[in-house]
Amino acid sequence: MIEVRGLTKYYGDHAAIRQLDFDIAQGEVIGFLGLNGAGKTTTLKILSCILLPTAGTVIVDGVDALSNPHEIRKRIGFLPDTPPLYNEMTVGEYLTFAARVRGVARKQTASAVAAAEEKTGLTHKHRELVGRLSHGYRQRVGVAQALVHNPSLLILDEPTSGLDPLQIVEMRNLIKGLRGQHTLLISSHILAEISQTCDRLLVIQAGEIVRQGTEEQLASSMGTRVEVEIDLEAESPAVLEKLRALPQVCSVVVDPQQNNLVRLVVTTEGDHRPTVVSAIVAAGGRIMRVERGRARLERIFLELTKKKEGGDGKEGQLS
Amino acid sequence: MSNVLTIAGRDLGAYFRTLSGYVIFALVLMIDGLLFNAFALGEPDRRSSEVLAKFFYFSSGTTMIASIMLSMRLLAEEKQTGTLVLLTSSPLRDRDIILGKYLSGFAFMSLMTLSTVYMPLLILVHGKISWGHLFSGYLGLLLLGGTTLAIGTLGSALARTQVLAAIISGVMVVLLLTCWLLTRVTDYPINEIVLELALYQRHFTSFTLGIVRVGDVLYYGMVSYVALFLAIRSLEARRWQ
Repeated sequence: MIEVRGLTKYYGDHAAIRQLDFDIAQGEVIGFLGLNGAGKTTTLKILSCILLPTAGTVIVDGVDALSNPHEIRKRIGFLPDTPPLYNEMTVGEYLTFAARVRGVARKQTASAVAAAEEKTGLTHKHRELVGRLSHGYRQRVGVAQALVHNPSLLILDEPTSGLDPLQIVEMRNLIKGLRGQHTLLISSHILAEISQTCDRLLVIQAGEIVRQGTEEQLASSMGTRVEVEIDLEAESPAVLEKLRALPQVCSVVVDPQQNNLVRLVVTTEGDHRPTVVSAIVAAGGRIMRVERGRARLERIFLELTKKKEGGDGKEGQLS
Repeated sequence: MSNVLTIAGRDLGAYFRTLSGYVIFALVLMIDGLLFNAFALGEPDRRSSEVLAKFFYFSSGTTMIASIMLSMRLLAEEKQTGTLVLLTSSPLRDRDIILGKYLSGFAFMSLMTLSTVYMPLLILVHGKISWGHLFSGYLGLLLLGGTTLAIGTLGSALARTQVLAAIISGVMVVLLLTCWLLTRVTDYPINEIVLELALYQRHFTSFTLGIVRVGDVLYYGMVSYVALFLAIRSLEARRWQ
């Protein structure tokens, strides 16, 4: 559906993106991952025909975005990181306007608006002023304007940015509901969102695609180490000895906690949680809690960005 | 054309949905009314046509200032709030966006200007002026206001903020208003060319006297066209940033 080849964008002497190559198939849900300033928004703006690239091509459904941007814009719905909302309009008026400028015929406007409101759970807010909506609903209106003309490709730039946990869950469900109806390209640095909603990932760093594939493919390309956190009732040398003797275990880190609890961070080659737990029980250890350590996608992401940044993974910017 | 009207309709609605539209409207009516009473009616006996000419003279000033205030928000506000993305990511031509926004401002400015008509009508009822004089004066006001609005649209397309847009537009309008002063230090034919460029001096005065000249109408049309053409180019240039 989308073919991107050699996409490059310079702002003066600074290359925001360099030689990006990727494809997106019909119906896929793609997660576009990258740190702030990695080039995500620039790429999305070029795909939405808001910006022109310095070099490269973007083909959507066989149509060249550079030579025929109007045709591309009809097929794409774009939600920028700040939803483009007119506060003085009601939700219905705003979506009607969005439908008209996005090329929906006058006779079909009312039904298109109703369909967009239904998809995004805004039907009961039809007559409410956009300026009086909560942040979560404003974000929904932003999604509704992007899909009101029923585009084949929806581009969502940071759709969960600034939402509270409840609103994030609602937005996640909304995005899941769009699966199968549109091809989705979702940019985010909230890794849990990407992990739960996307089929495939594009990881961009310093303007270059550093890896692409499913989460499984990225994990296998990064190695298969898994961290497991285990809280024990008390420290036991026998347990440590038993764990370190296991061939699957790469390392064991002991981290004393409050109330005499001891946390073991066990790193294994592959997911061997049952073996590790069995070994601890066999050595007489009393397990209070077992949890997979740092999320896999987060680990992959940090590894990729560390490699690119020369060791500075910028963990502080992750959500 | 449908896209132009859609954008114009939304922006015209925005003037009426926000306080700024009403404030500008009320200020223009108030200032025009005060000036009409103080200077047009309040001075010693004069001929009706002179009183009317004086009214159009004062109204031209308020119309120009109001046009700059109305136009400063057209694009700069959308850039500030991030709503321009809705238009630039839609299948619209840049000229549709600019023309739609200009049309909304022109419609509001026209409504505002024409709502002062009760003052000249008082002169018509109590004095001796022709409908033609009234028509030519208002045609001049609409042309002057429309041209200032086009310059303001260009300023708004160039600036990132509304305040900056008002400053840029104001500077351009003042330059066009005062360029006739250069005729004092220039010789023929430069002084004639400079005088022809003057926004008010050469082209508006005849309207206040009840005279409609094709050259004056063409002048305002041309300045408006150039300003809007440059505004379209400015919007296009954003894609090349």
